[in-house]
Amino acid sequence: MPDTLPPETPLLVTLRVNEHDHPLALDPRTTLLDALREHLGLTGTKVGCNHGTCGACTVHIDGRRQLACLVLAAAAQGRDIRTIEGLSDADGALHPMQAAFVAHDALQCGYCTPGQIMSAVACVTEGHTRTDAEIREYMSGNLCRCGAYPNIVAAVRDVAQQKAA
Amino acid sequence: MQPFTYARPASLTEAFTLAQQPGAALLAGGTTMVDLMRGDLTAPSSIVDIGHLNELAAFDTSGPVLRFGALARMADVAEDATLLSAYPALAESLQLAASQQLRNAATVGGNMLQRTRCVYFRDGVSACNKRVPGSGCSALDGITRDMALFATSEKCIATYPGDWGNALAAFDTSVEVSSASGTRTIPFAELHVAYGDDPAVETTLRRGEIITAILVQATPAGRCSTYLKVRDRQSYAYAVVSATVALEMQGDVVQSARVSLGGVATKPWRSHAAEAALTGVTLNEQTALAAGHAGFADARPLAENGFKIELGARAVARAALVASKRI
Repeated sequence: MPDTLPPETPLLVTLRVNEHDHPLALDPRTTLLDALREHLGLTGTKVGCNHGTCGACTVHIDGRRQLACLVLAAAAQGRDIRTIEGLSDADGALHPMQAAFVAHDALQCGYCTPGQIMSAVACVTEGHTRTDAEIREYMSGNLCRCGAYPNIVAAVRDVAQQKAA
Repeated sequence: MQPFTYARPASLTEAFTLAQQPGAALLAGGTTMVDLMRGDLTAPSSIVDIGHLNELAAFDTSGPVLRFGALARMADVAEDATLLSAYPALAESLQLAASQQLRNAATVGGNMLQRTRCVYFRDGVSACNKRVPGSGCSALDGITRDMALFATSEKCIATYPGDWGNALAAFDTSVEVSSASGTRTIPFAELHVAYGDDPAVETTLRRGEIITAILVQATPAGRCSTYLKVRDRQSYAYAVVSATVALEMQGDVVQSARVSLGGVATKPWRSHAAEAALTGVTLNEQTALAAGHAGFADARPLAENGFKIELGARAVARAALVASKRI
């Protein structure tokens, strides 16, 4: 029975990240965010508040945006995880949303940017881009302390319009 | 975060067995649970992860009883076409809660149980009868702007934060719970308890019980409803106050009314006084505002939260006027 094991016993967890399987032995307390950064070296996903309020750790789980800081790595077994590192093509070409962030200067310091971009890609996929107001509402889970919001909205709008064209 | 063992039951039956054990806690979407554990606000010795049990994730809004599987995701329920047209208040309460990332993870069952945002509970160090029973309440002499005006006690004045829970309170809602020893149905009004001697006790759920579904009796008032949320910023914030109003109208006259208030009580708060004040009246700005004030007649304001009485009354009034036009 799992409950008779001492809590220090590592859990054997296989995480599927950016289309590769990674077998790991983890403390049960390890979050998906820590597993990505500390165990897989995927530091594109950022630690912001580590509290579920800033969006810096946004990743896609089974195609939907979620916060990696609030997911236990063990609970992400068997799920398809995509991080910012998995967004560009194999040949290194930028994803259209990454290119739009560059074109619209949608960042200043860049710390929130991986989370913004992962959230923005999902926002377009969800179809929550009918108006600027809707983009702002559905991007509100990603904070940018530099205040690049107008340019972030412009980038999301641009990609949504490209997709619709 | 304190150490725990992690178990991933293959079935609901196995989950019932694991959930019965002392110190066990359920993990669904995790958005509240992982945060509470990281802050050492809760420290289960074992985690029973039920998040992957798809049998609890379905929902059906078409029948005489709306049935929401406990593990349905907030984001999915928020966009249900039937709910949007026939029960806009319920859909809006979900759309206006949290962020899309959180709504993708959080479940409608777990969300009802989210714990207060009281800073003295969350900071992990202040005296807090909810976190450390018997330690006192720093909020009583502290910053009371965000604290409750209804169902408070000398031991706790913390606000219940959930939008979905507050909206459900306006309807004939019940909660289906199951355990190894069987299934029972709890009226929603009896799921959360007002804080008495022990504010650490927040619900009537028993050890080992798992919420399997939320049931809402269909009503024509659902169509004529709205959830109005007033926040300190435009999006992604908890309610300073909120009002859920659902009406049955005949012309301008209110035939029946359902009203619940958020951000002002220690538990989801149905206002029978506001409902009585609306019923039978010709709805206009004056009568709507009078009903809002009736809803706060028994409020017990503290040093800094008295403004919620007028704000809340006006939220009820506006919600009633908005709802009445959704025929």
